Order: sequence, then structure tokens, then C-alpha cells
Amino acid sequence: MRTTTITFSIGLMAGFVLLHTALNSLPATKMPSVLLRGVNQRGGVQPDPKAGANVHSAGNVPQTGRILCWIMTAPKNLETRTRHVRETWAKHCFKALYMSSAKTEFPTVGLNVSEGRGNLYWKTILALQHIHQHHLDEADWFLKADDDTYVIMENLNYVLSKHDPERPLYFGRRFAPFVSQGYMSGGAGYVLSKGALRRFIEGFTTGKCTHFSPIEDMALGKCMETMKVEPGDSRDVMGRQTFHPFPPEYYLVPQLPRPRPWFLNYEYYKPVEGPGCCSDFAVSFHYISAAQMYVLEYLTYHLRPHGYKHRFNPDDDKASGPVALPPAALG
Amino acid sequence: MLSEGSSFMKGMVMGGLFCLVLSLMGSFSPISDYKTDNHHHHHVKAASKEELSRRFSDSQVQGLNNQIRVYCVIMVQPKNLIYWATVIETWSKHCDKAEFYTSESSKALEAIDLKEKDDWARLRKALKHAYENAGDLRWFFVAQPTTFAIIENLKYLILTKDPNEPFYLGKTMKSGELDYVAYDSGIVLSYEALKRLINVFQDEDKCPEKGRALWKLSEDKQLAVCLKYTGVFAENGEDAHGKGLFNSRTVDSLIADSIKDNPNDVVEGCCSDLAVTFSGMSPNQMHVMMFGVYRLRPYGHDFHDSLAFYPPEGSDND
Repeated sequence: MRTTTITFSIGLMAGFVLLHTALNSLPATKMPSVLLRGVNQRGGVQPDPKAGANVHSAGNVPQTGRILCWIMTAPKNLETRTRHVRETWAKHCFKALYMSSAKTEFPTVGLNVSEGRGNLYWKTILALQHIHQHHLDEADWFLKADDDTYVIMENLNYVLSKHDPERPLYFGRRFAPFVSQGYMSGGAGYVLSKGALRRFIEGFTTGKCTHFSPIEDMALGKCMETMKVEPGDSRDVMGRQTFHPFPPEYYLVPQLPRPRPWFLNYEYYKPVEGPGCCSDFAVSFHYISAAQMYVLEYLTYHLRPHGYKHRFNPDDDKASGPVALPPAALG
Repeated sequence: MLSEGSSFMKGMVMGGLFCLVLSLMGSFSPISDYKTDNHHHHHVKAASKEELSRRFSDSQVQGLNNQIRVYCVIMVQPKNLIYWATVIETWSKHCDKAEFYTSESSKALEAIDLKEKDDWARLRKALKHAYENAGDLRWFFVAQPTTFAIIENLKYLILTKDPNEPFYLGKTMKSGELDYVAYDSGIVLSYEALKRLINVFQDEDKCPEKGRALWKLSEDKQLAVCLKYTGVFAENGEDAHGKGLFNSRTVDSLIADSIKDNPNDVVEGCCSDLAVTFSGMSPNQMHVMMFGVYRLRPYGHDFHDSLAFYPPEGSDND
């Protein structure tokens, strides 16, 4: 008799727990509706016509001025990195070329060079020679980027639009060491005008420029100096940087005043940490993973605060914010 | 042996029936005498541009724009001090009124100290305080410091909704029979919904301060239970395409999923252009988000929005 009471009690608890679990995992429709007054059935969602804002769909991306993008990549990166470049920012390029050691259906241009850090400047030289030979007349500006650089082409166009592409000019994130006029960071991306590209090629054909180092950004910067190509100031009218050799979080997080961190050691212009680091019309970020490319694409082109009137409106007649200082004062 | 087996079975049946009865009693909603609860809408959509221009003149939209004001109820604790500070420095500046309610006071940051450790009791106190101090604000947004919110997009969602109607919006979830709004992605209450809630707080049977005795519900579910008694039901906030605007995850996490699920259309398949909240970001990520949302944009893309919201005074990161 006693054991049956115990088994009954165990059964009672088991039944209770079992049904409790079952009820919590059931969808709502199972319960009689009179007892569910007001609990809603999941209805179908009717899609409405698209809201009026600008929408950029895959084949319909607004193009910028004639900037040819050439992206340094390698066979092993095509699936993991370069594909995502092609899916995101490269769509906004007037023309995109993928420079690799092997020609593929990606499509990549096959340069006669092996991959590896030691060959980077050779790769750059060969890439620029290829572009000069096959594409010189197709574009006015020539952007170099890595396959982990994210670029906002409209903002690059905005920086360049004030300048004459026939002049020998070159833009990017200006670094101070090694070259007295400075040189542009490779990872952040740099742009040569048509005039600058011609001078680079001329430098190598005349022997004035040589492959003296594998450090491609510094070596190219030296050639630019030798060939009297002028390094431009790519900062916006408020002195904020547009090209960035690191991801946004390196610069944007507000800091108490502190000694210059290592990643700002090479800066030509006085660096600013916190919100003043970076222009609203930022051009590039580097060390961007494939997933981060889509995040930046979403934040730049899609997600926005509806109706928000931005503080920074450089085209307004009235200056909004501090008056722009001449570059010398900011340097 | 057989008699034990059958007594076990009898016990199981009785236990199961007992549970069923309890559940039915728990979900039984009394007949409400509020006339407005017959609309069984389950989702609330942001108005499309076409709809706005069809229903309202420009000056009417401008009027709505100016009237919509949001009281942010931000529930903090000293243990997440860095998040608390980050919310102060970032998105909460865009609330018309941002009030921080804490479980215990902190020497570092100011807040309304509710001196209450129990999460549900604390939320009740905060909501009561907000209701009593609403002034002429008619919309309430309840958030935690791990939430990141874009208040302008919240305003766009509720633009054409009447705060004298009961609205309880956010990301809706299901727990058995209960539809509730998830806490971490933010909870939106209209003035009418909050008013009904404050009233039902006085009813210890329907909405006990210490929660239901049998098992402890989380505060967001408790809120849903109490509101349901007043005829207010959880509704999912969506854009005109039906994409959820309130997210319990970070942008990074949602994008990572979209890369797997929609490899050919990652961004479109991910998140809405009008998203209101994301959750789970680190403080540093929130600073980057301020830049990404309020500043970073492609030059030359101009949107002719029907609304106009201006940057807050004395802020440099938006």
C-alpha cells in the first residue's frame, strides 16, 4: 500500500512536469480560442511598396567619377576575402581590377610575380605597368587597395573632385617617416592621378625609380618624391582624416589625453583620437574582415536615422561647425 | 508490481490534469470592458513614404514630427557602470528625456536610486516614476544599458500612432501562450498602455509585485501578463517590408547569419534601414555605432525625408 502511494506521487509529479514542458513548447493554436481571449494568431505580413528613400540594388549602383580600382589579392584569398570585396564596395567602382599572381575567371589579372610580403613592391610595379599599358585612357584616377581594405567610393570621388587628374598628385593617409615629403599608407589605400601614374612609369623606364625595397607603400612614396609627384592632403575641411589604416574602433573610442599610441606613430599630420579622428565622409578603413565589409556597407549605405539633419554639411552656405583651418595650421 | 505500475499511471494522469487546469487558469483573460481591444493586430509597421504623403499634408507631418517625444527609461546597475556611462555618452542623448533608474546608487554616475534589488519590483517602480513625471511626453522607451537605440527611427515607427491608444511594441517573443516584448531589444509603451499598467499594478491578484508564486517569470514576461489583463497586447515593430526593427543581437551577429543564409544579398537580407535597436554590443562598439549611424555616409546621397530631427546640443559624436 505504501509503495503504491509513493509511485502515485512520483507519477503525479512526472505527469505535471511532462505536461508543463509540453504546454510551453506548443504553438498557440492548440488551445481553444475562448480561453485565449486576445492572444493573437500570427498573421501573414503583407509587403508594402518600398519606402521612398534611395535604394541601391545589386546591378544598379550609382557610379562615381572615373576612378579605376585595383585590388591587390592572391589566389588563396579569392573565396575568403576578395569575393566579399566584389560583393560590396567594388560595385561602386567605375572599373575594378583584381591583381594576383595567377589569371583566373574571378576575374583576376595574372602578374608575373610570386605571392608574399617580399614581392609586394614588384607586384605593385607590375600592376601599375599593366594598368598603364591597358587602361590608362579609361580613367582619371587609379586607386590601390588591399583585399582587406573597405572603400567608400563616393567619398573618394568627393576628395578628388576638387583636383585636376592631369597634374601629378597622389592621395591617401599620409605617413611621415622614411620619405621627407611623406608617403601614403598602403593598407589604407592610395590614389594616383593620371599624371602621377605617367610619372611612376617614366621613373622606372628612365631608371630614376628602382625596386630598392619590398615595402611597397614606402618605396612607391619614394618614387613619387623622386618624380616630383605632389602628396595631397586628403583630410576634410575640418581637418578630419578620410583614409584610415586601421578599423574604425581604433580611432573613434573617446580617450583621455594620452601619449601617442603605436598605431598613430607614423602620422604626418597631428592625430586626433575620438570623434574628431574621422570625417563623416570617410574614404577607407583597413584590416576589415569579410563580415565587417558587409557591416560597413550596411552602416554606410543602409542604416540611417530617418529625418536626421547632419551636423556636418560642407556644402551649406553657412559653415556648420568651426571654420576650416588652412592645412598648415593643422599639421 | 502491476498495482504499482497502474498507480504510477494514475498519478501521471492526475498530475497532467492538474497542470493543465493550472495553465488554463493562468492564461484565462477576464472579459475586458475596453472597447479598443478588438483589433487583433500583431505587428505595427512604420508608414511608407507614399502612405505618409497620401494621408497627411506636409504641415501635418511637421506637426506630428514636433509632437512625438520619447521618455527613455534606462534601467542600470553599478555592476555595468561602463555600459551605463556609454549610454549616457551615446544614444540616450537623442531621447527627449533620458532617465536612468538604478538598483543601488553609484558614486560615479547620477541616477534615480530605486533601492530595489528585485528586477520586477524595480521595473514597476521605474515605470511608475516615469508615468508620474511624464510631463507632456507621451511615449516611453524602456531599455537596458546593453541596448543601442536609434530614437529617430523609433519616432518614425510611431509617427502616425495615437499615444492615447494602447501600444506595447518591440520584438515579440512567445512563451507558451504568452506573447511578450523582449527586454533586451527595447520596450515601447504609449501613454495609454503605461496608464493602464500603472492602474493594474494596484491589483495584487492580476499583477502581483512579487510575481506569480509557482514559478518566477522574467520581468519582460511579467510585464506582458499584467498588460494583457488590461487589454494591451504585444506587437512586433516592423518596417514597410515586414523586417523587424528591434533586434536582440548585434549587427555583426546578424550579418554573420545573413552571410550564411543570403550569400548573394547579405545586407538586404539582414536588417532594416530603419532599425531601432541592437543589443549585446560592447561599449567600444557603441561608440563606433554612433559614428556609423549618425555620421558615416556616402557624399551625394540625399534623402528627402518627410521628417526633420536635429542633432542634440553639446554633443560631438553625432
